[in-house]
Amino acid sequence: MSADVFVLVEHRDGAVVEGTFELLGRARELAAAAGGEAVALLAGSGVDGLVGQLGAAGRVVVVDDPSLAEFTPTGWLAALAPIVRDRAPLLVLATNSGVGMDVAAGLSIAAGLPLAAYATAVELDDGSPLVTCQLYAGKVDVRVRFAGGRGIVTVVAGAYPVDAGRASGSPTIERLAPAATDNRVRFRRLIRPEAGDVDITRESVLVSVGRGIGEADNIALVEELAAALGGAVSSSRPVADSGWLPRTRQVGKSGLRVKPKLYLALGISGAPEHLEGMRDAGLIIAVNTDPRAPIFGVAHYGAVADLLDVVPALTKRLAG
Amino acid sequence: MRELPVIKTEGVLELDQAVIDGVDISGHWNRMFGQRSITEYPTDALDWVSGLAGGESLRNCYQCGKCVPVCPVQHVGDYGPRKLNAKVLRGNNLLEDPDLWLCTTCGNCYRVCPKEVNPLEFMPAIREQAVLEGNVPAELATAFENLQRQGNPLGESARKRADWIADAGVPIPLIAELGRPVDVLWYVSDYTSYHPRGKDAARAMARVLTALGVDFAVLGNEERSDGDSARLAGESGLFELLAEQNIKAFRKYRFERLVVMDPHAYNAFRNHYPRLGWEGEVLHYTQFLAPLVDQIEFRSPVEVDVTYHDPCYLGRNNGEFDAPRRLLEAIPGVRLVEMPHTRANGYCCGGGGGGMWLDGFVADYVSERLSERRVREAVATVGFDGTGVLSVACPYEPSRFEDAVKSTGNDGKLVVRDIIELIDQAMQQPS
Amino acid sequence: MDLVVLCKQVPDLAEELEIDSAGTDLDREWLNEVASEWDEYALEEALRLRDAVGGTVTCLALDTGSVDELLATCLARGADRAVKVGSFDERPDSHTAARAFATAVAGLAHDLVLTGVQAIDDLDGQVGPLLAATMGLPHVSVVTHIALSADGSTATVNQEYSGGVVAEFEVDLPAVLGVQTSQEAPRYAPVSRVRQLMKTAEMDAVDVAVDGGSGLVVEAMSIPEVGGRAEMIEGSPDAIAERLASLIRERGLVAGGVR
Repeated sequence: MSADVFVLVEHRDGAVVEGTFELLGRARELAAAAGGEAVALLAGSGVDGLVGQLGAAGRVVVVDDPSLAEFTPTGWLAALAPIVRDRAPLLVLATNSGVGMDVAAGLSIAAGLPLAAYATAVELDDGSPLVTCQLYAGKVDVRVRFAGGRGIVTVVAGAYPVDAGRASGSPTIERLAPAATDNRVRFRRLIRPEAGDVDITRESVLVSVGRGIGEADNIALVEELAAALGGAVSSSRPVADSGWLPRTRQVGKSGLRVKPKLYLALGISGAPEHLEGMRDAGLIIAVNTDPRAPIFGVAHYGAVADLLDVVPALTKRLAG
Repeated sequence: MRELPVIKTEGVLELDQAVIDGVDISGHWNRMFGQRSITEYPTDALDWVSGLAGGESLRNCYQCGKCVPVCPVQHVGDYGPRKLNAKVLRGNNLLEDPDLWLCTTCGNCYRVCPKEVNPLEFMPAIREQAVLEGNVPAELATAFENLQRQGNPLGESARKRADWIADAGVPIPLIAELGRPVDVLWYVSDYTSYHPRGKDAARAMARVLTALGVDFAVLGNEERSDGDSARLAGESGLFELLAEQNIKAFRKYRFERLVVMDPHAYNAFRNHYPRLGWEGEVLHYTQFLAPLVDQIEFRSPVEVDVTYHDPCYLGRNNGEFDAPRRLLEAIPGVRLVEMPHTRANGYCCGGGGGGMWLDGFVADYVSERLSERRVREAVATVGFDGTGVLSVACPYEPSRFEDAVKSTGNDGKLVVRDIIELIDQAMQQPS
Repeated sequence: MDLVVLCKQVPDLAEELEIDSAGTDLDREWLNEVASEWDEYALEEALRLRDAVGGTVTCLALDTGSVDELLATCLARGADRAVKVGSFDERPDSHTAARAFATAVAGLAHDLVLTGVQAIDDLDGQVGPLLAATMGLPHVSVVTHIALSADGSTATVNQEYSGGVVAEFEVDLPAVLGVQTSQEAPRYAPVSRVRQLMKTAEMDAVDVAVDGGSGLVVEAMSIPEVGGRAEMIEGSPDAIAERLASLIRERGLVAGGVR
């Protein structure tokens, strides 16, 4: 058993995702406290360029093989599970994304390690990991330990600063051939969303709507407010799922990450998946009829009210 | 009256002269007694509908069209009862037809129909078949699911149904805690319990009942939705589930009468609960208060022009037009003016028959919401020269009409008040 | 095509959640339980696929003593068969669930196992990938689109990433899929049919060993202070709008009108 902290590197289109950098920064701190190393686990094909981005790690274990050219759950598990099983790290950190969740679960079974999901904090208490997880759509916090003192954690994006993971350094590079391959899941192609009319990641003002909007017809009200502010309309997932706004307007874990100067969250409860996408906005104002909506935990200003009442009143005052 | 000879010609009943009660109605302009083609199509669809329990009266329709000018949806869309019936006669499958969901069961067509074709009976019967196929507009399905899970269509927690009591300002006994029989069990209902504007009416009612010294209590969290609109939208199973729960609660306690805020609850408890095992005296709150109106101490006049919207399920469908008006006329300062569509010919707000949870769906088929049209009628009646009041007696309406006031740009010209709110206001000390 | 759907119930979030006296779990006395939303999408996809290519849909739920309505609802929506798995006093964690389901699924014909991509109480991870790893089956999660090959030996699925980017995979069957959303909204289950099925439907039961656990030790559960951060603005919608407008103007955030 080691005191190392492993980080599963998630990457796409030749770049390491931000969530991984958050974990690398944290892994460095934890490993230092535990007396071990932060080890980045990188699977892919022709990924030397990525290795260069992982300076924050003490060691990078690279499994570089054509069979791993694109992410597949089965491929990565076959390549990485034996490493985790054999090296018995103190912690394995992965992003709480689709990729992270898939691989982490597989590692949990393959390596016989417990798994704590939806983590917002990973700490060491007397050398033993202590994890804070968020359940029930962000309404409940749970603090857990691992029975055997070691485990796997999937961490929600935004839990740790990205910059700490972008540190430069010269980690030890270890290259391995995959212990096994598994191509029962085969990558076919990547489908990108159609270039929308608006790139919400570039807007400085976003007026964002959630289920509280009620029905598609009410979106017009919000468009007027956005126009008065010189911004654009964005949404949470349910609104995009209903087709009331294009997917390109969706903010959140499976949508886009935005950092506008002003983010108006209207009728959005603030489930963790949404918060991931906007919590770094400059000024966050939330309007919701539920006083206990988690959005009020990240907003700077809030009002318990019906957005259908507030929006026209606000538009009037701004347009005048 | 002379008995006229009847002449039969090959099974066709034709009268040269027809005199009824001394009135001669023969004439070239009156051809109601001629043989008339009902349908030239195969009757499978018609047979299927009229074979459903409740669907029988559709068979009587002979396309006279009297229903067309009185249907509220017909005023705003390409829909009318005759059109729906014609579709059935032609063999269309209504289960896939959006027209199945446009009727609010307001009953105005039934009122004028010479053949008593009754959508209040056949609409739920046909819709039930759609529901059994899982073929339900999504908004409506959500309301059904909320009703099942939490006993109210809004999806709010059942345990919070009585939370409004805390801010009522007067003590409101829970019948379970009272431990004795009461005169009045006050059934508060869904929107009155959960919706902000409904709660305004609830608190007003509590104050009025208290001021009158009425011996009353409420069920609190034991109360469940009456489910009548869900029944009319095709979920009879859900209606029965909710009725079972309510009846179980009713049977636990002893009370003289059930007083309700909601005409839909009135309809359910009065007309449908007896067959499910509960019967009792049921009064709409206006019927309960009207005889007591002289005992109400009005302290400040309410100087407003008021028009009254007859709720379909209190007025036309259950015959109560006068009690609400008596109350309004008793309030000092109120000037009551009738809208053109009034009393039995009142114009539906669009919330009945499931309409409350179909606005998004229906929007594709109508030029404006029924509630918007009604608001414009109210503004033309009392709001054209200042602020008028649209008074209502059904909890669906404050939210529907207030939305419509805003969306028709009539903010400032019309306010919406439940009658009980006006009474309560007039009972306050002058400010 | 033999489709298997794994279902469970979770606390209804319409309720106010409270922590129990031990401080390590929810106070479940008054909790209302509802079907986990993503499991409903999984069932809807299973029904759609069966309707398209023929076969059977079998729904499994771990028997916590109160799953009759859940399974009757699956049958009311059109599932062919319902199976109660094991016998559990406490609601099982995902690892225990995966082991129990693995035993049950192994005893059924299964070409495709569908379950919700996640549930709101998945403290120790999601059942789908845990089940797949336990059974040695391939798995894809966050699935938004499923199509079957003509010979039924593979499925083509879309996995959703952030930014609306989607990866298309071909998966060898049998496989496990974690469903994010269904093509159509889950079909409505009429109350009368559910009630009738609760009385009359025959639901199979299968025994499984209950063992292990998740390996997690819950130290404490708490409700985070919500609204602790936002400065709340009181008053009527107009008063709120007034304050918001000044806030926004003060900071120069009105970016000059029409774009």
